Amino acid sequence: MAATMTLGDKITAANLEAHRRILAGEPVLVDVQLARDAIPSLPDRTILHAGPPIGWERMCGPMRGAVAGAIVFEGWAKDLDAATKLAASGEIRFEPNHHYDAVGPMTGMTTRNMAVLVVENRAFGNRAFCTVNEGIGNVMRFGGNDAEVIDRLKWIASVAGPALGAAIRHRDGVPLKNIISRGLAMGDEMHMRNAACSSLILRELAGDLADTAKQDLARILRFIAGNDMFFLNVAMAMAKATIAAAHGIEHSTVVTTMARNGTDFGIRVSATGDTWFTGPAQMARGLLFAGFSESDGNPDIGDSCITETVGLGGFSMAASPAVVGFIGAGSLADAIGYTKSMAEITVGPNPQWALPTLNMMGVPTGIDIRKVLSTGLLPVINTAIANKLPGRSQIGAGIVNPPLTCFEQAFVKFAELNGVN
Amino acid sequence: METDKLLQAEIRVINIGLREFAHDLRTCKVPVVHVDWSPPAVTDPRIASLLAKLGG
Amino acid sequence: MTALINQIRRTFYRDSVALMRISRAVSALAGVETAAMMIGSVTNKKLMLDAGLLDSDGESAGANDLIFAVRADTAANAAAAVKEAEALLEAPAAADHGADEWNPKSLDTALQQLPGANLALISVPGEFAAAEARRALQKGLHVMMFSDNVPVADEVALKQDAKARGLLMMGPDCGTAIIGGVPLAFANVIARGDIGIVGASGTGLQEVSTLIARNGSGVSHAIGVGGRDLKAAVGGITTLMAIDALDRDPGTRQIVLISKPPEASVAKLVLDRIAKSKKPFSICFIGVDDMSVPANAKLSSDLRTTAENALSGKRIEWSGNAPSATGLGARVGRGRNKVGGLFSGGTMCAEAQVFFRRAGIEVASNVPIPGVGKPAAAPATAHVLLDLGDDEYTVGRPHPMIDPTLRNQMLAETLRDGKTAVILMDVVIGYGAHADPAGELISQLPPPQERKAVLITSVCGTEDDPQCYSRQVQLLQDAGVIVAPSNAHAAELAIDVLRSLR
Repeated sequence: MAATMTLGDKITAANLEAHRRILAGEPVLVDVQLARDAIPSLPDRTILHAGPPIGWERMCGPMRGAVAGAIVFEGWAKDLDAATKLAASGEIRFEPNHHYDAVGPMTGMTTRNMAVLVVENRAFGNRAFCTVNEGIGNVMRFGGNDAEVIDRLKWIASVAGPALGAAIRHRDGVPLKNIISRGLAMGDEMHMRNAACSSLILRELAGDLADTAKQDLARILRFIAGNDMFFLNVAMAMAKATIAAAHGIEHSTVVTTMARNGTDFGIRVSATGDTWFTGPAQMARGLLFAGFSESDGNPDIGDSCITETVGLGGFSMAASPAVVGFIGAGSLADAIGYTKSMAEITVGPNPQWALPTLNMMGVPTGIDIRKVLSTGLLPVINTAIANKLPGRSQIGAGIVNPPLTCFEQAFVKFAELNGVN
Repeated sequence: METDKLLQAEIRVINIGLREFAHDLRTCKVPVVHVDWSPPAVTDPRIASLLAKLGG
Repeated sequence: MTALINQIRRTFYRDSVALMRISRAVSALAGVETAAMMIGSVTNKKLMLDAGLLDSDGESAGANDLIFAVRADTAANAAAAVKEAEALLEAPAAADHGADEWNPKSLDTALQQLPGANLALISVPGEFAAAEARRALQKGLHVMMFSDNVPVADEVALKQDAKARGLLMMGPDCGTAIIGGVPLAFANVIARGDIGIVGASGTGLQEVSTLIARNGSGVSHAIGVGGRDLKAAVGGITTLMAIDALDRDPGTRQIVLISKPPEASVAKLVLDRIAKSKKPFSICFIGVDDMSVPANAKLSSDLRTTAENALSGKRIEWSGNAPSATGLGARVGRGRNKVGGLFSGGTMCAEAQVFFRRAGIEVASNVPIPGVGKPAAAPATAHVLLDLGDDEYTVGRPHPMIDPTLRNQMLAETLRDGKTAVILMDVVIGYGAHADPAGELISQLPPPQERKAVLITSVCGTEDDPQCYSRQVQLLQDAGVIVAPSNAHAAELAIDVLRSLR
């Protein structure tokens, strides 16, 4: 151990440590609980949302719609109009999911009486949480807030969630790393393509659900079976639990949070604590469903890009021939190109998650903000494109990047903390 | 001496800039990798200088 | 009344040659006067401003943005041209440039892909080149820098850094090198032999190396040092290192040094170093006839003599009989008595001026050697020899060795000019050059009987070049163009023809 390590050496060592911790993670889906039980520190009258901190005034349409729906769901207001007034009044606290070790897709609403998946990183003891994926169409994550949405959330909280929780506890949890490894070999990248892993986890849990479900077994099974994106929320909680272990390493320039709230994109970095570095959320570029044009889209939204921080999603595009067409990324060669480019901005590969189309190269893991700045290569995120009108669901899918300014600000802060100017 | 090694050994090129040069080297069967160069993303000179200092 | 449009494409980069191809295509569209596509660097914006192509929109562009600038007769034509440029930009790159293959963005990744890499060939825009070279040197790579417009202070710092690391820093502004028989950037395929070359001039190096190869000998290595190496500020750092390396190289038995005349302090450094060598030297400081050189060196002021010195005195001759100057003079139209030189190589232009100066004939040039003036200051009767690769001709245009468009235009104008008797040109082939320079040149020519002026060229290249020397010569000769065995012979013949008209 050199007595006179330069700062550069310290950064290198710290980043290698962050990378080591990511790879050493042992994420296990251990339970499904109500948020108030899984996250005891979650205060009352608090709505957790996707992305960096944001107030009501700056929230985009879908998030406002979702907030109103969440308020009605919790019973803090009797209808959507009253809920909207309450939201604007300052009486409701809004905080990022990330402040409570949680993540949520798109609008990312998490409130005390919602069911959340609980993933434990058994290597380090920390936990992370994510709501259960509602399915497609009229859902709160796209800003849906009518009776159908609320009723479904109540069913998930009171029936499907507890049943899943019981099934999971029945078999001492579901280890997730191997499922993801298999999914990568089956065309999933765990952000926009989860069909294989959704099928795999249903196979894992079907027997236990049959053993433990007290009611609605068929409906629960169909609820999971009918949703290609069911595993997304599991993958998100998994990624959060994994990356959290790499946060707080002195001298590490590895990105430990990437998240958007539909207005801002925010990142956090291992060495710079809980400071958010934000910039404008971008518009994704990709394929739109028939009848929609770019002007219909909402800016980038959701905590789902947590998957990219551990080498999945856009970073694993080489694994997903299907997603390439869907998001308009071009050819398989382009998808492989994206993954290779991400290898230029990360600490190193994760051999546990190997990419068959790249001769079993491990997924590029641990975004180094210095490399982002010096190459100009921004992390590539595969994402859904939401309708900017609340409750109108997804209008397409594409590729999006964080704005460069997030990395510049983080880097300036990092330099300051280390006395470099 | 390093220059001696360059003159005696096989030349292996990293091409940074015009693609044509890499293309021509490939025609000559010279080992070459082309770097897809673009101007630095960081235009703020203060940040660029920090980057140079901190191993970016 | 013309219309000017600047359209900005944010955060978009393409290399300069790709952009110039698009500019060229767009310039040919209806009503377009000028078009340029450039990244919005400070240098480029100034060039565009000077060319009357920059408006306030373009001014706002940054180095990471692309500026489409079009000046056309009407706003509608300008807009259409911009649209076409955008379409060309979106079109997939040519398959033969491996568009489908992935290329790394960082030197680190490139080095992972090519372990044992030993040379970085850098041709990025000048204002960014020094930073790339610094990184490459730090990684232990030798550097060849094709880029020019690099501040001299950066050149000095890079060369000092390279020297401290024992690495060669070839350039900035180094267009040509041949290491171990491998042509780098603009270079020819030259037979291996025992003649080493150190060149501060790209086309000078090309002319001498191809003359050596065409006349039975070969080159061990040709090391380019960059156009400014022999200025006092730089102090010949790379030249001295190159001499050291070739001195130690067992495959090199003699060394040729080619440059514009160096500043006195540097000349002394270099000559002192040459004196210490046991190998014979042929030195060419273009246009310098008298300078005291060490006993193991021969000095000459032109490239041909330098090659002949390296060939142990073998004379480079016309194959068969030299054409009759009087006979050629008879072809010249009445009242015509001027020579116009349209060169793509700066040193070729300089060498031609040397011959005119020796013959006591007044010339002007945009890149004048001592004793020669610039065209604007010259009398109307002066013969004008132009280097079309010089900055004033290459704003938003590729170098004439890559793209013959400008020279073809000027060739046509010069032929139409009622005073032109002889047109002198160099046809440079080899890697980097156009795929068929001779074909391009003759494509624009009126038939010989309509010409009224004599065209005299030389082809700078070898049989092994992609374009094939003898094929290029044949094309020119079949079109009634005289092909001399060297640039010097071409200049001499032009002078003889001129004299025959008196």
